[in-house]
Amino acid sequence: MLKDITLGQFFPGNTIVHRLDPRVKLLLTLVYITALFIAQGLLGYILMLAVLLTCLSLSKIGPKTVLRGLRPVIIIILLTVILNVFFIRGETVLFEWRFIVITREGLVTAGFMASRLIMLIIGTFLLTYTTSPIALTDGLEQMLNPLKKIKLPIHELAMMMSIALRFIPTLIEETDKIMSAQKARGIDFETGGLISRARAVVPLIIPLFISAFRRADELATAMESRCYHGGEGRTRMKTLKAAWQDYTALLLGAGIIAAVIILRNVSFGIL
Amino acid sequence: MALLKTQNLTHTYSAGTPFERVAISGIDFSVEQGEYVGIIGATGSGKSTFIQHLNGLIKPTSGQVLFAGRDIHESKSYTRESRFKVGLVFQYPEYQLFEATVFEDIAFGPKNMKLPEDEVKERVLEAAGFAGLHGALLEKSPFELSGGEKRRAAIAGVIAMRPEVLILDEPTAGLDPRGREEIIRNIMNYKNAHNATIIMVTHDMEEIARSVDRIVLFHSGKVTLEGTPAQIFAENKLLGELGLSAPKVTLVAERLRELGLDIHRDVFTVEGLREELRRLRGEPAHA
Repeated sequence: MLKDITLGQFFPGNTIVHRLDPRVKLLLTLVYITALFIAQGLLGYILMLAVLLTCLSLSKIGPKTVLRGLRPVIIIILLTVILNVFFIRGETVLFEWRFIVITREGLVTAGFMASRLIMLIIGTFLLTYTTSPIALTDGLEQMLNPLKKIKLPIHELAMMMSIALRFIPTLIEETDKIMSAQKARGIDFETGGLISRARAVVPLIIPLFISAFRRADELATAMESRCYHGGEGRTRMKTLKAAWQDYTALLLGAGIIAAVIILRNVSFGIL
Repeated sequence: MALLKTQNLTHTYSAGTPFERVAISGIDFSVEQGEYVGIIGATGSGKSTFIQHLNGLIKPTSGQVLFAGRDIHESKSYTRESRFKVGLVFQYPEYQLFEATVFEDIAFGPKNMKLPEDEVKERVLEAAGFAGLHGALLEKSPFELSGGEKRRAAIAGVIAMRPEVLILDEPTAGLDPRGREEIIRNIMNYKNAHNATIIMVTHDMEEIARSVDRIVLFHSGKVTLEGTPAQIFAENKLLGELGLSAPKVTLVAERLRELGLDIHRDVFTVEGLREELRRLRGEPAHA
């Protein structure tokens, strides 16, 4: 079922990770990604893994959920591994048959690339798992606020984003419903060739579009009838305020970057 | 042998995640050919989940659904076959309309059954007839119809598959009184013509009191009560506790009884109350 896709889903909770300021979390996610790309060598990766595991256990997100989040990208990971294994030509040849050459360097790079990708995905999912979409767009809007100076419609963009995020679950639910209704009329989404499958999508897409337009219309009316007229002069109910744990988290983030830079220069043989 | 039957049917949503929720548990239900069953229950009591099991749209976590004595998940082909024999009309079915014309939309189901073209046509015209959609209306785009007509077109789309069991989830929700009346009449037309079994989920107690043979009451995922409308509506207190209520007429009758009138207990239609009042005044029963 579509509902089981966890891509970017928010899991409510009250852990320290959940309570961090969304701006700090956004920033730390950027820090984490940067650190991941700086990291080199076994030690650097072990450090990043430790960071990730700590954050995961702090946020009380179960391993099942994490693995489910990885499911949609498994093909990309596999592809990366295969490309690296077969196309990196190193010095220590482990296996050779006609044009297929597997080297130790290839295997090592493939391993690093795969773990980097996996950690990248899980880390960014952690942000959306622990931050509600509203908090996320709020944080983003405030971080981008300075860009208003150069006439970028930041509030409008943030509003569009929060509306889009808000309606993802609704649209998924709607898709599920329409799918079920059409299945009850005998349509088969699972079997058949490419063409018959593509045709099976029409009875799904048309009702979905119609209802999305209707919803957009209704939402616009509802917003206007509550006097919405854009961001000018709008105050917020919840003002974001960074607390001591936010500053601590930022310091830790800086520490991690420093650590991976140092660890770059420490290495054990080929690893 | 019961036409459609469930044994110890249980379903858990999102098992193994923080969102885990038992929707229905241990439901034993059966229905005979030609029976008219009403399903009532507060929002979230598991009615919708239950009926989606009956045509195999949802696979039970445990338990079985038997159609004509065979498990509908026995094989892929039998699941597909039972999907045509157990027709399911969802809530607000008008949102599933998509074809260029009403005729084409009603024909969608029969076409998926791979029926020959003349039979498709015959079934569409028959189903449209039951639903009171005629002539020029069938050539219109479904999006040009009125709300009530759209609803009827969508129901006709399921009826056109000639299901032996027709299940409807709140078919009259959001319609005006005339629209409601028409839908109920359409359903009865189909039932009478094909001796079909009807299972209807509804919140409209007046409606259910008038037409069904049996009522099944759902409460937090279980069947709490089952019986004739008279038996169910006698449980006035329980209904109230479960967030439901007997038909208003029954409440009026009860108040009259409290005030000392000797009114019979199983009054749940306006006509029934009228007959009772006539009887009390010594007037002959109205034909």
